[in-house]
Amino acid sequence: MKTDELITLLANDAGAVAPRVWRQRYALALGAGLIGAALLMVMMLGVRPDIADAVHLPMFWVKLAFPVALAAGALLAAVRLSRPGVAIGRVGAMLAAPVLAIWVLAALALLGAPEDRAMLIWGETWADCLVNIPMLSVPAFVAVLWVMKTLAPVQPALAGAAAGLLAGALGAIIYALHCPELAAPFIGLWYLLGMLIPAALGAVIGPRLLRW
Amino acid sequence: MSANEEQLKELLVRGLAGDEAAYHQCLKLPSAHLRGFLRVRLARLPDDVEDLVQETLLAVHNQRHTYDPGQPLTAWIHAIARYKLVDLLRRRAGREVLNDPLDDELAVFAVSDTDAADARRDLGKLLEQLPDRQRLPIVHMKLEGLSVAEAARATGMSEAAVKVGVHRGLKALAALIRSKSEE
Repeated sequence: MKTDELITLLANDAGAVAPRVWRQRYALALGAGLIGAALLMVMMLGVRPDIADAVHLPMFWVKLAFPVALAAGALLAAVRLSRPGVAIGRVGAMLAAPVLAIWVLAALALLGAPEDRAMLIWGETWADCLVNIPMLSVPAFVAVLWVMKTLAPVQPALAGAAAGLLAGALGAIIYALHCPELAAPFIGLWYLLGMLIPAALGAVIGPRLLRW
Repeated sequence: MSANEEQLKELLVRGLAGDEAAYHQCLKLPSAHLRGFLRVRLARLPDDVEDLVQETLLAVHNQRHTYDPGQPLTAWIHAIARYKLVDLLRRRAGREVLNDPLDDELAVFAVSDTDAADARRDLGKLLEQLPDRQRLPIVHMKLEGLSVAEAARATGMSEAAVKVGVHRGLKALAALIRSKSEE
């Protein structure tokens, strides 16, 4: 087939295309990911029993705000990396800011209570964090990768990492409703690592999975 | 034949809104630039140039829903061409070496080549390998120029199934190209 014939073939009855379809697809993926994570959390872990009291503690909201901020940056990165020719822009700074903020809080907490340092860092459930955040990220991970596959990422490793980080951050938001820990050093270390596990996995499987 | 950003963008925006003639022009105009761009970069693989032009055009068509009128169209097409080029070179890694850096932005529109050589790979033959539910809608609508309703009548499929068949068939064609060139 000659190239001109191909062009004619492609253009014949090409029809109209809905503009900016990625928006609703990402909205659906986020909704599905959050609902899936919430169901998993309620069925397998349970909401922390003292949540009614915990909402009065500022650190409870810091613990939520940290993954929310990372999810926002990761979402922007994922959306931009899903389409050809779109610069990723200042997403790096958007992702670094919440990490730096939690580390500043962590440093203040560690300096303020030298005798409690081990407890502030390790808490009582650090290992659960590394298992449960990746586990709760699975629904969003699948949904976001599926959306990316319908679009056209030209940097599949980065795109996969963004998908993993977004899913990890959504998982961490939901996990924060179960997790009893409130120390900034704990959140800045174990929550972050828990979210980076799916991000690393995404960087590895992206190039295989996201070809088009 | 030359193409500039504003003209191409207007054509694509009209094309995405359903204007077939504008869309045809929008695929036609950049193809000479694509050919020039790829010929320079595939100096050691001249036989692959036309195949890759076609693969890129098919990708532009299949991924046209990822274009946002707020972004430069030339950057969008360049990114697709570059992705397809890197993909080809990666598949060939070990046998041939990349002989040109790929980081020059928007280089697709810096060169032009209207001299279409014959494609080595015949898309018509690949088309024959698709299942009937995808192949027949493409043949009737896209090659013979029937309308959706006429193609539905000719195939005994529903109109919705005809549209889905064309859409999935062109995606499957791109996937077939990928798997073929890995052999």
